[in-house]
Amino acid sequence: MLSIESLSKTYADGTRALDGIDLAVRSAEIVALIGGSGCGKTTLLRLVAGLDRPSAGRIVLDGEAITRPHPGVGLVFQEPRLLPWLDVAGNVGFGIDGLPRRERAERVAHALERVGLAEHAGRWPRELSGGQQQRVSIARAFVASPRVLLLDEPFSALDAFTRKDLHSHLLALWEEVRPTVIIVTHDVGEAVALADRAIVMRPRPGRLDDTVALPLRRPREPAAPASEAATRTILAALDRSLRPREASRAPELAGGSSF
Amino acid sequence: MSSSPVALTPADEQPVPAASRRSAFLGGGARAALGLLLPLGLALGWEIAVAAGLSSGRLLPPPSRIAAALWALAASGELWMHVEATLIRVGLGFAFGASAGILAGALTATLPPLRWLVDPSLQALRAVPSLAWVPLFILWFGILETPKVALIAVGVFFPVYIGVAGAIASVDRKLVEVGRIFRLSRWALVRRILLPAVLPATLTALRTGLGLGFLFVVAAELMGASEGLGYLLLDGQQFSKPDQILAAIISFAVVGKAADAALVALTNPLVRWQDTARETL
Repeated sequence: MLSIESLSKTYADGTRALDGIDLAVRSAEIVALIGGSGCGKTTLLRLVAGLDRPSAGRIVLDGEAITRPHPGVGLVFQEPRLLPWLDVAGNVGFGIDGLPRRERAERVAHALERVGLAEHAGRWPRELSGGQQQRVSIARAFVASPRVLLLDEPFSALDAFTRKDLHSHLLALWEEVRPTVIIVTHDVGEAVALADRAIVMRPRPGRLDDTVALPLRRPREPAAPASEAATRTILAALDRSLRPREASRAPELAGGSSF
Repeated sequence: MSSSPVALTPADEQPVPAASRRSAFLGGGARAALGLLLPLGLALGWEIAVAAGLSSGRLLPPPSRIAAALWALAASGELWMHVEATLIRVGLGFAFGASAGILAGALTATLPPLRWLVDPSLQALRAVPSLAWVPLFILWFGILETPKVALIAVGVFFPVYIGVAGAIASVDRKLVEVGRIFRLSRWALVRRILLPAVLPATLTALRTGLGLGFLFVVAAELMGASEGLGYLLLDGQQFSKPDQILAAIISFAVVGKAADAALVALTNPLVRWQDTARETL
């Protein structure tokens, strides 16, 4: 259980990136954070990852406050951020250096198998395509068996076909490890394809605006009527979030809108 | 490094085909031959011109005379003595200058107060042409080996210092964050992220430093030496032996190139992961 309690972040220059965020995410739930640019999605993710410190409020994972990078929390960045001097296997195993050599090799091999890159283990990152690199970075986060996996627009630089492929890889890994997942995206289709719940954020200052539950069976077909209806609901919520309004309602009050 | 990659399957050893495909246009041997064409052609032309009596070749001796001078120096063992003396000076100067440069560059790049304290002075010193130190070094250290090694070390120090400090300052924050996410300790962050990240630029700085080392060894040996390739140059000038001067110049070229090639060969395995334009340029 990951809970975010009245979390705020104001940057040194006075920018209020986040204001009073309250969110509880069940174990093994997939939550999509969606919203226009500048609504604090990435800031929120960096706070949960422990890379930045909040100005107010706190983040609690299974009763333990997160104030710096936590072993139970993994992060996949927007760019693959592979270390160019390590080969693919070395990159995947980067975060589990403390494990015995044998176990490390087994886990790396297994993770690479899962993302369909087993035959590329000895390659350099530069020899891979963008989609393959991002798969390596997802495998790198998964081998550490995180309880919470954060993804910051991980597929935004990829073409639609590659993205769909990566969605299935991600879900396959999720089925196996069952971490709590928070994925930041600006792609409504991606939220519908992956998430149990889509949370729409609004900017200036960043707040949670609306919640759309997505109780669809997996695997999901984007062309199915249920998916299309969900997409429309989220788009409408997004539209509302971009309209100026006096004060934001708390997502618990606003939430629950289904379709 | 303990994080050495784990080979998983033997079928993975596929080299990058890009380089070989490009050079298929002209094989490696053919390219080397093309590079030799110009100097060989000029040398042959000059040889013929002198042989035909078009020129006396007194000030610019033909290749055969230079080769003869080189051969005589080599046969008497004199050449090796000079090469050895020069190499020892460059080696010592490079070792001192490069270590000091790496240390100073690493410290000033990682400790801002130290940078504010030291960097302005070093930059000011860098603006002094290194040869200007010669009289002072002779006063301080006499005329034997110490001032020569000191001059070379000063020459090597600055490019290495600038290169290393710049490399550390430009390490990608995004890669450092990867280390933070996996909770690397300070030392592990240095060892597993910073060191490999600054390695390529550091090696380039070392190569520049080595080149300057050879530049300054000539200056150092011209200011008074009884052995060394620079001495051979000076001796050739004083006794009007252009063939000896050219023999010394050729030796410098060969020794300098060989030292550079050795440095590259020794360090290339460390940076073979690099994705550079080297193959395409």
